[in-house]
Formats: sequence, C-alpha cells, structure tokens
Amino acid sequence: MRRPLPLFIVAVLLMTGCQTLPKDALSLSPESLAQRQIQTRKYATTDEAQVLAACAGLLQDLGFNLDESETKLGVISASKMRSAVSAGQITAAILFALLGAPMPTDKEQKMRASVITRPAGDRGEHIAVRVTFQRIVWNTQNHVTTSESLTDPKIYQEFFDKLSKSMFLEAQEI
Amino acid sequence: MKSKVVVLLILLSLSVAGCATTQERLFDSDSSQVQLRSMQTRTFDTRDKEKTLRTVISTLQDLGFVIDKADAVLGTVSATKLNNYAVRMTVTVRLRGDTQLAVRANAQYNIQPVTEPESYQQFFVALEKAMFLTAHQAD
Repeated sequence: MRRPLPLFIVAVLLMTGCQTLPKDALSLSPESLAQRQIQTRKYATTDEAQVLAACAGLLQDLGFNLDESETKLGVISASKMRSAVSAGQITAAILFALLGAPMPTDKEQKMRASVITRPAGDRGEHIAVRVTFQRIVWNTQNHVTTSESLTDPKIYQEFFDKLSKSMFLEAQEI
Repeated sequence: MKSKVVVLLILLSLSVAGCATTQERLFDSDSSQVQLRSMQTRTFDTRDKEKTLRTVISTLQDLGFVIDKADAVLGTVSATKLNNYAVRMTVTVRLRGDTQLAVRANAQYNIQPVTEPESYQQFFVALEKAMFLTAHQAD
C-alpha cells in the first residue's frame, strides 16, 4: 500500500516538465467576432491623436495609471491595483473558521486595460476604438486565484458611455 | 525500507539533474536557433510596416490578448492573454528584401517557452486572415 505514493511523486515530477499551450490559445474562437463588436465603437472623426488623448483622459477618470503608449500605432495600456475583497467570501470564510477550517479569501487584484485606436471606414473617415480589460486576483496567501479577460458586455457599454462624455469634455477643454 | 528511501533519493536527484542550469534557462539552450526562427517567422508581400503592426495588434486582440506595449520605430508589439493561464507574446515586424516584411512571434506559456510549430502556425493563420495576404514560410 505504501508504493503508490513515491511513484506518484515521481510521476508528478516528470509531468511538470510537459506543460504545453492549450490547443485553442492561439486560434480564433467562434466568439471572437462578437467580442470584437462588444469591445469596439466608431467615432466620426479623423483625428486619431485626439481620440487617443480622450481615451487617456478617461482612463485617468477611471483611476488607471498609464503603463505604455504609442501614438503612432494608437496604443495605450494602463493598470491599477484594487481590493478584491468580497462580502460573500468573507462570510464563507468566517463560517469555515468557526468550523475550525481557516480558508484564504481574495485580497487584491491588478486590473489592466488596453485601448487601441485605428482609422476605419472605406476612406478612413472614422476612428475605431477597441478596449480590452483583464484582471489577476491574489488571495490572502498571495496565490493567484483568478486570471481572466473581462467579457461582460455591460463593462464595455459603460466604458463607451463614459468615453463619449470624455470626448465632449476634451473638445470643450474641460 | 532503507533501500526504498535510497531508490527514491536517487530518482529525485536524477530528476533534479534533468533540470537546467541558470545559464541554460537564461538562454533556453535546449532549442535550436534556426528551428525556432523558422517556426516563428513568416513573410508577407507588403512593405507597409505600420499597417502590418496595426493588423498584428487587432489580431492579438481578436485572440483575447491585452496589448502591453508597442513601438512603431522598432516594429514590436507585446501582449498578454489571461485565461487561468498566462500567455505572453512579442511580435516583431521588419522589412525583408525589397518587397517583403518578415513577421516574427515568440510566446511563453506560464513559465515555459512555446516551442510547438502548431501554436505559431495557428497564430499566423489568424494573422493571414486579417492581413488579406498569404503568409510565406521564410527560408
């Protein structure tokens, strides 16, 4: 009965060397077109730099700090650290603690955004803006518990509502 | 019982001996430079570097990546995809000969380099569609 454990350890040691990329990681998924539409809006202007500046202003409104930008390619990337504490998890953790089984809970998260602008339309008479968000969550033991793209359409709806406002404010130089 | 422990220790030390030194890790010395370049590079019949870079960026977005940084002069784009794993990718675009551009991509999956030709092939298939151009195997 004791043999399986050492064998198991050796098997695990050997297996950790063979992690490979999941098959679909670098191929287009059926949802990618729908995602693109949710994450993109077009604005009737040809001034790409001004749209990009409005996006930078909006990211600041939303509490992000800019990490990188490249105006020539219409790229801004930004991030912020925020709390990831949720009431539900805390309640569960207290219950488990009362039962004598302490449970780590989510503590903080890094939220990242990248905004890409590009000329769109047949004669480049529009500027298309595409934003994508992702986050990494750490728990109280500093382990990563979640790393994901944010895909909820409501997030993107709100972002673009705010971007329209930001474009207006920039135009009025407020 | 003692002999079992010895056998286990030997197995353990063997598996550790299979691990690379820091220098080998630093330079990923187990892979061939020529082979890597060939699986990671495709050429396209265009000279429009900026448009190609913008297409690379939108392809990466379609694949679920968030763009980390880009540089138009150097012709580079880096991006990260998180899906309970992390894939980080850097794509470079360079002029090649008088009529072509060479696009090269390299990726890491969590803490491993991506060395399967199929993965890069998938990326270039997606890029090809967005470029409306055929990707040629570079020689």
